[in-house]
Amino acid sequence: MSVSLDVRLKRANKVYHEGEILAGVVVIVSKEAVQHQGISLTMEGVVNLQLSSKSVGVFEAFYNSVKPIQLITSNIEVVKPGKVPSGKTEIPFEFPLHAKGNKVLYETYHGVFVNIQYTLRCDMKRSLLAKDLSKTCEFMIHCQPQKAKVLQSPVDFTITPDTLQNVRERSSLPKFLIRGNLHATNCVITQPLTGELVVESSSVAIKSIELQLVRVETCGCAEGYARDATEIQNIQIAEGDVCHGLPIPIYMVFPRLFTCPTLETTNFKVEFEVNIVIVLHDDHLITENFPLKLCRV
Amino acid sequence: MCLCGCVYMSVYVYPCPCVYVSVCSCVCVSVLYLNVLCVVLRHSRARRYEAELQACRADSVAVDMNDYHPLKPIMVTESRTRRGGRRGSTSSTTSSSSSSSAAADPLSCLLDGTDPLSMFAAASTDTPTLTHSASAGELGRRRRDREVCEECVGSDFEPWASKRADILARFTTTEKLSINLFMGDKAKASSPSSAVSEKVRTRLEELDDLEEGSQRELLNLSQQDYVNRIEELNQSLKEAWGSDQKVKALKIVIQCSKLLSDTAVIHFYPSKFVLITDILDTFGRLVYERIWTMCSDPQPLPEGFSPEDVNDTAKETCLNWFFKIASIRELIPRLYVEAAILKCNKFLSRSGIQETLPRLTAMIRGIGDPLVAVYARAYLCRMGMEVAPHLKDCLNKNFFDLLASFRQLHGDSVQKQLQQQRVEIPAYLTLYSPAIHWILQCVSYRAPEALLTEMMERCKKLGNNALLLNSVMWAFRAEFIATRATDFITMIKQCDETGFPKHLLFGSLGRSLASADPAEAERLSILNDAWKVITKIRSPQDYINCAEIWVEFTCRHFTKREVNAVLSDIIKHMTPDRAFEDAYPQLQSVIRKILTYFHDFSILFSMERFLPFLDMFQKDSVRVEVCRSIMEVFIKHQQEPTRDPVILNALMHVCKTMHDSVNSLTLEDEKRSLALLINGFIRLVSFGRDFEQQLSFCVEARATFCNLEPVIIQLIHTVNQLAMETRRVMKGNHSRKTAAFVRACAAYCFITVPSLTSIFSRLHLYLLSGQVALANQCLSQADAFLKAAVSVLPEVPRSISVEGKQRSTESLLLDFINNFMATLLVVPDHPEQGVLYLVRGLLNMVQDYTWEENSNAKVRVYCSAIPLLAAMSQETYLYSIPKVDSNETLYGGDPKFIAEVNKLCDTLIGQVLDHLKTLGNGEGLRKQSALAFSLFSILLAHGDLRNNKLNQLAVNLWNLSHKHGHCDTRTSVRTLEHIKNLQQQPELTHLSDIIPRLSLQSRA
Repeated sequence: MSVSLDVRLKRANKVYHEGEILAGVVVIVSKEAVQHQGISLTMEGVVNLQLSSKSVGVFEAFYNSVKPIQLITSNIEVVKPGKVPSGKTEIPFEFPLHAKGNKVLYETYHGVFVNIQYTLRCDMKRSLLAKDLSKTCEFMIHCQPQKAKVLQSPVDFTITPDTLQNVRERSSLPKFLIRGNLHATNCVITQPLTGELVVESSSVAIKSIELQLVRVETCGCAEGYARDATEIQNIQIAEGDVCHGLPIPIYMVFPRLFTCPTLETTNFKVEFEVNIVIVLHDDHLITENFPLKLCRV
Repeated sequence: MCLCGCVYMSVYVYPCPCVYVSVCSCVCVSVLYLNVLCVVLRHSRARRYEAELQACRADSVAVDMNDYHPLKPIMVTESRTRRGGRRGSTSSTTSSSSSSSAAADPLSCLLDGTDPLSMFAAASTDTPTLTHSASAGELGRRRRDREVCEECVGSDFEPWASKRADILARFTTTEKLSINLFMGDKAKASSPSSAVSEKVRTRLEELDDLEEGSQRELLNLSQQDYVNRIEELNQSLKEAWGSDQKVKALKIVIQCSKLLSDTAVIHFYPSKFVLITDILDTFGRLVYERIWTMCSDPQPLPEGFSPEDVNDTAKETCLNWFFKIASIRELIPRLYVEAAILKCNKFLSRSGIQETLPRLTAMIRGIGDPLVAVYARAYLCRMGMEVAPHLKDCLNKNFFDLLASFRQLHGDSVQKQLQQQRVEIPAYLTLYSPAIHWILQCVSYRAPEALLTEMMERCKKLGNNALLLNSVMWAFRAEFIATRATDFITMIKQCDETGFPKHLLFGSLGRSLASADPAEAERLSILNDAWKVITKIRSPQDYINCAEIWVEFTCRHFTKREVNAVLSDIIKHMTPDRAFEDAYPQLQSVIRKILTYFHDFSILFSMERFLPFLDMFQKDSVRVEVCRSIMEVFIKHQQEPTRDPVILNALMHVCKTMHDSVNSLTLEDEKRSLALLINGFIRLVSFGRDFEQQLSFCVEARATFCNLEPVIIQLIHTVNQLAMETRRVMKGNHSRKTAAFVRACAAYCFITVPSLTSIFSRLHLYLLSGQVALANQCLSQADAFLKAAVSVLPEVPRSISVEGKQRSTESLLLDFINNFMATLLVVPDHPEQGVLYLVRGLLNMVQDYTWEENSNAKVRVYCSAIPLLAAMSQETYLYSIPKVDSNETLYGGDPKFIAEVNKLCDTLIGQVLDHLKTLGNGEGLRKQSALAFSLFSILLAHGDLRNNKLNQLAVNLWNLSHKHGHCDTRTSVRTLEHIKNLQQQPELTHLSDIIPRLSLQSRA
């Protein structure tokens, strides 16, 4: 006897905003009638913070995880103990999405040290002999559009051996001149990061040019705070010795889930940066860093 | 009748349908048909053929003889329906319904007229219209098609598929290849992303594990292995997709497109591109179809759907694909995969494609290797043309970007790579051609003149632009090139010799000029300029490739003088070191081109260099092939028979070549088709009134083509026709000279026929030649022919193989004998031989022949001989040959002769009756009944039933045939009716006695 339990949300993309109603159906499919001790739904929104092992010791990192912050939680019993008839049963449900107390529903974000996740779990309790059934589905929260106007201010940059910091032997560097611009560093999260880059000259052939999207997560706690930068994705925009003087487009789509509007709260911060990485044929690695401010409009 | 004049000329071996026709309608030698005429036997009944014929006509044929023809019912008189039109605007076939005056051959009429099959085909197309009435609707439709075509690509756009095979064939390698399938991204694992949350990482690993072994490098693959391997990947892509492993499918595609960034074994790159883009195409199609089915839930999406029609789930899935692809790390896979699913943008937004194309175009700038970049552009243009051909800007932008990065070709990194792989610059540059051709073809497709001019100007500005120039000439409209041909030549001349090979440039130019005409005044200077360069090309292979193309231009616009010059130049280049051996396809193509433009063979063969050119084909198979194509053209285009000695000599030579290629290993079909061509030639040779010359031509031809039997047969027919022609010219009165000539013709046939192996051909030709000899009053020759035929009879085997199957010869033999006997009626007896010497001879042969067991063929021959004998005993024969005295005149109804005939009849009837007796039981009864009945009919038709014995015999036969109930009652009844009709006639009143004695069979 097999019973399948499923939770289906009304919206195909599973994206909701604060104040909206999360609606869907619980679907039970079974060939025979199912005896159960009640079906319940639990909705939960949590921020999980983790301290990186770099900032504090390994063990401390393991044990001292900061307590998760609950943003929203709600539990309802959908069906009282009894029997579900054979065949396909659909039970509709609705949850209003209101944050607890004076908290806000942050946008869904999957990071390394910070995770903001919203889940909806459906449990079917059953008698001792049969296993309880459970099904979890994640839904996305997008935060409310920010009112503040986004200023599109292009950022120009020039990279030459002289502009570099953090160089050991400046004399061994090959000569190069790379110019470019980013159309904005205040980015709308649904729009790609765009810009242009021109290799004006380079004495050594270029091997690759990449865009590295980096998240910077800061967790505050009693002992202070930890700040860590990790890579989200790396997008190659040029491969091989590109034509000099010809503008190469900079274009990167912000990945869903792994990015969110730049977030700053009392306990934690999520920020983003982009690195333009130029790899030369002699394996010199030149990086130019740009902090980004993401927002949703 | 059949003997006089109409010796049927045909290619076919078996003679003279008119012989059969005449037999049926007149004498009825071939028996067994009841309601025919009438005569004596023993005392065979006296006949008045004229009156009988009149009587027959009066009541039997209501048909107007003028337009009645037995073949007519199956002949369709030009009522064609419009076929084609299936493909909309492109094929605007307007079939003319003019009833052509050239009498249509019934067969071909059947074939391209309205046979039932094509009627169905026509009915199934959406326009079952008759010829012209469609015009209005047709026009409207065409206009609509036109509008649609702005949106889509018409059939005048050469599709990628046709280029594909060409590229695969052209760019090959013998070097070892390797595929590096790098399924798990090791570099990433060791990067800072080690901090990726545990969950994500395990998920990634799971995905990697889907692939058996995360990293594999396959080394040392031969080209074929490589192709197979790629095909395997294509299969596993489909499998993965089919088993719902979408991620694995995507991985395969990504890995494959990654291979495109690898330019090791550079001269295989174009082929590799083709192979891998096939996989991408598959992938693009799969994704598109999947999303399509997702939103076709209640009803399928309409053809021109808008994004609003697409449901959310489908949109979400589509979006997911795009996000997934946007996060592919490497540039080249990201570019290719996104281009592959370009069409899916339609599900998301109206402007999606319009925005994506320019972005992808710009992205290609990031590809450093110019070769990789140019192919990426070609792919993008291809997808662009497929999905949104109206977006021209993007195509142009691609081209301009290509121009902008053109100097890359000569950059250091390219040079270094070439050095490493030991590839010459010209060879390297040709690798670009397919891609640039394609891009330019897309750009120039239905592009305004101004744009093309601008493109050309831009190309000109770049240094060493040969590569581009070449592609421009390939891809732009031929008319465009043709009007600027002189400019192009100047440009080509200015090109740097070390770069792109010039012969290719001239080749491309020639190709354009072959399909579009430059201004009249410039043509000669163009040819001169071009040929000046071409003739300097050193390598014979390059030379012939180029020359072959220019031959077409030369043939198209110039006379034989120029073509001759070109040919001699080709000969000069190709002869040293037997270079022609490697260039047969090109040389053949030269011949083909010349033949397309020169149909007048007297001009063709008066080119001095034409035959020497043919001599270059020294490989037998190719040589025959060429000869064949020449003959085909000759037969197709030579309208009038010719006697031009130049043509004859040359074609004799050509045909001899074909003939000499026949050996014991040659297939039957091959022989047949060769023979057909030679026959065609022989038929087109005519010396007009110079018959002797014609005969001597036939003599020569016989000597030359002795191995092809159909040709020999044709020659015999030709000579027979010649004899009949002579007779016609002399109006039947041969002079001493013409008489000698026709005897010569007969002699020719007489000595030629025995060389045939086919026994039936021999028999029929003996008979035919005998008839012709008879018609020409060559009595002894005719006698010899017929005697020969009789003497050959015993050699006829009981079965022959027809198209590989054994078939009994009995029916063929019977037909022949009946036919033969029809002729014997008019053959006068030889003065030194006995009475009816030939008939006796024939019957003796029939008696001695080993017939099939249990067959009554022999008796049937006897039966059919009876009417012959009856006819012979008439005072005036049914037919005769002018100026030949038949037996009627020779014997003048001499009683001795009649007695002789009667004796013979007795013997025959005796034989038949004996045979009837042997059929007395079991299986034989049915045969017995049929045979008895047929003998009865013969007696009825030809015998004088006033003779009591005969009368009694007839009645007995009737009763015998009805005795065992095997008789067809309907036939019996009709026979009775026929007899009743006959007795109305004054001289046949005696038949009334017989009727009561003929009882109809009582059904047992």
